[in-house]
Amino acid sequence: MPSRTTSPSRTLGRLYAATFGLMALTGFAQMPIFKRYYIADVPGLGWLAQFYVTHVMHYLGAALLLGLIAYAATDFLIHRGRAGRLTVSGAIRAILLAGLVATGGLRVVKNFSGVYMSAGWIVFLDLLHLGLVMAYFAVALWALLGKKRWTSAA
Amino acid sequence: MKPISRRSFIRGSLGAACALAAGSRSVAAAGGEPLATLIDIRKCIGCEACVEACHEANGDKFPEPRKPYPKMYPSRVQVADWSERRDVNDRLTPYNWLYIQHATVIIDGRETELTLPRRCMHCANPPCVKLCPWGAAYQEPSGLSRIDADICLGGNKCGEVCPWDVPQRQTGVGLYLDLLPSLAGNGVMYKCDRCYDRLARGELPACIEACPEEVQTIGPRRRILAQAQALAEKIGGHLYGASENGGTHTIYVSPVPFEQINAGSQYGPGRPPMAPVADQMKTGNRLAAAMILAPLAGAGAAVAKMLRAGQENPGQAEAAGSTPRRDASAER
Ligand code: SF4
Ligand code: SF4
Ligand code: SF4
Repeated sequence: MPSRTTSPSRTLGRLYAATFGLMALTGFAQMPIFKRYYIADVPGLGWLAQFYVTHVMHYLGAALLLGLIAYAATDFLIHRGRAGRLTVSGAIRAILLAGLVATGGLRVVKNFSGVYMSAGWIVFLDLLHLGLVMAYFAVALWALLGKKRWTSAA
Repeated sequence: MKPISRRSFIRGSLGAACALAAGSRSVAAAGGEPLATLIDIRKCIGCEACVEACHEANGDKFPEPRKPYPKMYPSRVQVADWSERRDVNDRLTPYNWLYIQHATVIIDGRETELTLPRRCMHCANPPCVKLCPWGAAYQEPSGLSRIDADICLGGNKCGEVCPWDVPQRQTGVGLYLDLLPSLAGNGVMYKCDRCYDRLARGELPACIEACPEEVQTIGPRRRILAQAQALAEKIGGHLYGASENGGTHTIYVSPVPFEQINAGSQYGPGRPPMAPVADQMKTGNRLAAAMILAPLAGAGAAVAKMLRAGQENPGQAEAAGSTPRRDASAER
């Protein structure tokens, strides 16, 4: 956990968590389930059933998330010596994040006009993106319960 | 510009058309661009030969639902059953992918009824394809969009994001029956697939071939667009589909403004309007640029922080810099 004395760090950690949560929410909203299961009926959540809104929100969240990841990764590389190494849970999360970014990135490319992707690829990417986020949540929960850090730094 | 009529298309006067023999994928590959159709509204006499031809050519793709339908939860999920109303042909349904729209307009001061074949516009960047969460919908390089009936779960997202509400649902058929039929999915979505199988065999789409008035012309999009523009200019007419939703592969040419057609027609479910449509995918695709800039900004911020720490406390730059590393490594 970020120390209590490093408030900018805590803020960044929270921002990362909030962004990831927004990504998960808007990601799952890409499936037509929130209306069916009354979630979009909850006051204030109606936007979750508006596909173009959740599409744009997912893109905005992705930009923010990519910015935070790039910041953390660069910072880690700059301070390689003192930063220690990625822990096992940190490495697993980093790999899953990389997979999410790669599959998400390919889906963004697919959405440009004139990009034709075969049905097989689209289904593969969709399932992989979904599988990766589920796996990330499982590992994040494991890390949270076990109070596991990303890195081995003291 | 040489028009690409029904007959010349068959004869293969176009190099691209020749490539049809090798399948619709290679049409675009050969011509380097997708195919589009021009629909000259003036010529349509409303005989519905195209509607009939579509049924005949695509009947084997129509749904044969299993009954009784599984009970679906929650109760708000409604069965969409057209299987007992297969002969409905005055709107789009899973069994009717093309219908003839009637519009009462004024031409030269006289009330006139225009008839227009309506079906999927085959958008250049089709939201139904791009936003399908599951990959059941896809676009071929020849510019046509299709929904794979073996993969579609019938959630109707394509129908909701389509600016023309084209895809139509039939319950009781498809993959959802083998998954969690009570809890997820609700059948399969159906729409015009621009006769991809006929195109692959080197044949014209059935509706184009059957039309006695040669209302529709198919060819490479740029040529079709130029032909449509030239025709509109010649008759003082108007275009629909050239720029709507960022451009489509179906371009209507009308002697009257489309506002008039829109005002003189009946619309509702399965009867798409001819209203202005903004490019639905544009906002998202513009934001994609932010996804390239954001990581650069993030990395830049980390470097800037390091440099700042170095300036403020040269001796402890390393130590100062290391603290935020832990910040960023949010424990989630
Ligand atoms: S008109 Fe609708 S169904 Fe047809 S390609 Fe465009 S978005 Fe898809
Ligand atoms: S192109 Fe084929 S599927 Fe589409 S409306 Fe015409 S006949 Fe029907
Ligand atoms: S077959 Fe041709 S003339 Fe007859 S309704 Fe269809 S488009 Fe119009």
